[in-house]
Amino acid sequence: MKIHEYQAKAILREFGVTIPQGIVCFGVEEAVEAAGKLGGATWVVKAQIHAGGRGKGGGVKVAKSLDEVREHAGNILGMTLVTHQTGARGQVVRRLLVEQGVDIRKEFYVGIVIDRSYRRVCMMASAEGGVNIEEVAARTPEKIHKLLIDPVAGLANHHAADLSRRIGVPEAAVAEASILLQGLYRAYESTDASLLEINPLILTAEDRVLALDAKMNFDDNALFRHEDISAMRDPDEEDPAEMEASRYDLSYISLDGNIGCLVNGAGLAMATMDIIKLYGGNPANFLDVGGGATAEKVAEAFKLMLRNAGLQAILVNIFGGIMKCDVIAEGVVKAAREVQLSVPLVVRLEGTNVDVGRKILAGSGLPIISAENMADAAQKAVAAASVEGGAAHGHPY
Amino acid sequence: MAILIDGNTRVMTQGITGNTGQFHTRMCRDYAFGRDCFVSGVNPKKGGGDFDGIPVFATVREAKQATGATVSVIYVPPRFAAAAIEEAVEAELELVICITEGIPVRDMLRTCYSMEGRKTRLIGPNCPGIITPDEIKIGIMPGYIHKKGGVGVVSRSGTLTYEAVAQLMEQGLGQSTCVGIGGDPVNGLKHLDVLKLFNDDDETDAVLMVGEIGGTDEEDCALWVRDNMHKPIVGYIAGLTAPPGRRMGHAGAVISGGKGTAQEKLAVLEECGIKVARNPAEMGKVLKSVLR
Repeated sequence: MKIHEYQAKAILREFGVTIPQGIVCFGVEEAVEAAGKLGGATWVVKAQIHAGGRGKGGGVKVAKSLDEVREHAGNILGMTLVTHQTGARGQVVRRLLVEQGVDIRKEFYVGIVIDRSYRRVCMMASAEGGVNIEEVAARTPEKIHKLLIDPVAGLANHHAADLSRRIGVPEAAVAEASILLQGLYRAYESTDASLLEINPLILTAEDRVLALDAKMNFDDNALFRHEDISAMRDPDEEDPAEMEASRYDLSYISLDGNIGCLVNGAGLAMATMDIIKLYGGNPANFLDVGGGATAEKVAEAFKLMLRNAGLQAILVNIFGGIMKCDVIAEGVVKAAREVQLSVPLVVRLEGTNVDVGRKILAGSGLPIISAENMADAAQKAVAAASVEGGAAHGHPY
Repeated sequence: MAILIDGNTRVMTQGITGNTGQFHTRMCRDYAFGRDCFVSGVNPKKGGGDFDGIPVFATVREAKQATGATVSVIYVPPRFAAAAIEEAVEAELELVICITEGIPVRDMLRTCYSMEGRKTRLIGPNCPGIITPDEIKIGIMPGYIHKKGGVGVVSRSGTLTYEAVAQLMEQGLGQSTCVGIGGDPVNGLKHLDVLKLFNDDDETDAVLMVGEIGGTDEEDCALWVRDNMHKPIVGYIAGLTAPPGRRMGHAGAVISGGKGTAQEKLAVLEECGIKVARNPAEMGKVLKSVLR
């Protein structure tokens, strides 16, 4: 789960991380008022959306007067911000963070993630802050310093100090930087975060160290023990189809293609997307109905896929293990009847109770295209979609 | 003995009294030598009773002492599952297979840390389990699709493994052991650990490695294979079309920071001399083509 910058900063502050003074706002006058309350002579007006790259997209502006705060807030609120992480559709800005301006002397990067190979939490830091860290990692990996953290001992002060020195924090600020890094680690650990990024972490002219930006993602599997964090979910930032899917315990991700896929199991679902592409089609979604799906859940899954106006065919690929083929077949028939299916449906069933399942489909009277195996299914779905696509554009087949 | 488990393995089920534990313990007991293999169950609150004639104990240690079980399979709900693994490790079992999906990563980090230097091996979590066909199945895979043979299968996914097995069967190829290592970012045995076991196993002639996006396990494997593997191996990586930054069902299947893409993995596999099936419908066919 993702949260906004201002929410992440509120969490970090509780762990003793130094953050510039700021106030979240939902309106332009509110932003001006907030700036007045914060005082000072410069402010930063920051769009609050979950995607990164906001600055480059025009979502972060410095204001040197309250009038400029008003102007920037007016421009940013309601704008559709397009960044490298939002996709071409962009994301509408509904919240702002107004912060006191800070005098920046130097910018650093700090990130915390799980290192899967070592099975440890890993803190990464670099002197190359304020820029696209992925590029730094790709071009000059030696500029990223890594520290694996002992899960029982936590982040020791001398390790934090050492990491600070390695990225070039001046001696006068090492003590403060170390305390900040330890606060970051404690926040990461205590909240079951899956990612924490401070880009940039800054050094001021007075040798103070502050987290100027903050990004936190959380482990969905651990949200049950963090009600306060679950409550920070912002539905405006999430795909409505994906939100709906999670209510039915379906794992669903919207994509740009025209062939919907309904599959059991995440690995097989990815493989199904891949084979569609291999045969010249484009998957419209990732959809894993899981092992314990009922006929009702399968029907809901169909409705989700059909929300996509660009859909031109559906491919059902099931290898029944725990999930029985007759249950899937019943769900498919039920859904096709309920939603008056308007696109070709290709079904490949294999595994537990496959014969019963195939009989249910055949006896349904629905125009289902059945497939022998995965390759056959993908080819048939791609062919059916291109026929539909041709028809939609008025071409004779 | 194939790898990890065979007909002489003695198994306890942790979480035997829950719905999933009951259902799959029955299915496993009915498979091949299962009636001899599944000897005990554990439930902290229901020790002393039995499930379908299988004695239930309050602790792993008691179950081990009373029935000689050295392997455990775990169906305990996610928030208690990591503790269940730790209990099995403390009782010094040889192998723990954790089927449970949805365990918080932080719990697994601590559990894996507590396992360092201990003798217990862990498979999973969030995995289908292990099967040595016609001998024993420990987990949730459909037993009847398998047949004893010479291909070792190791995979991060469940149903995609069944698909791979079905394709092998179409080619007339049975399996020595199929190991599902699970789709979580922090887990027990990795592809590489299982490959090493297959490499040393007399009953395994070739290996099919089914991977997916996320992490670097498959790359680590490939580098080892280049210098050490003396059996033919075929690789497949799922997720060529997966968008970056999105978790594809499995908690571990995510391309982050531009790392862990299928393209990158396939390139490393091929560089290291591993034959790659790019089409998921051709895993069986490609495996057959590399058999000597």
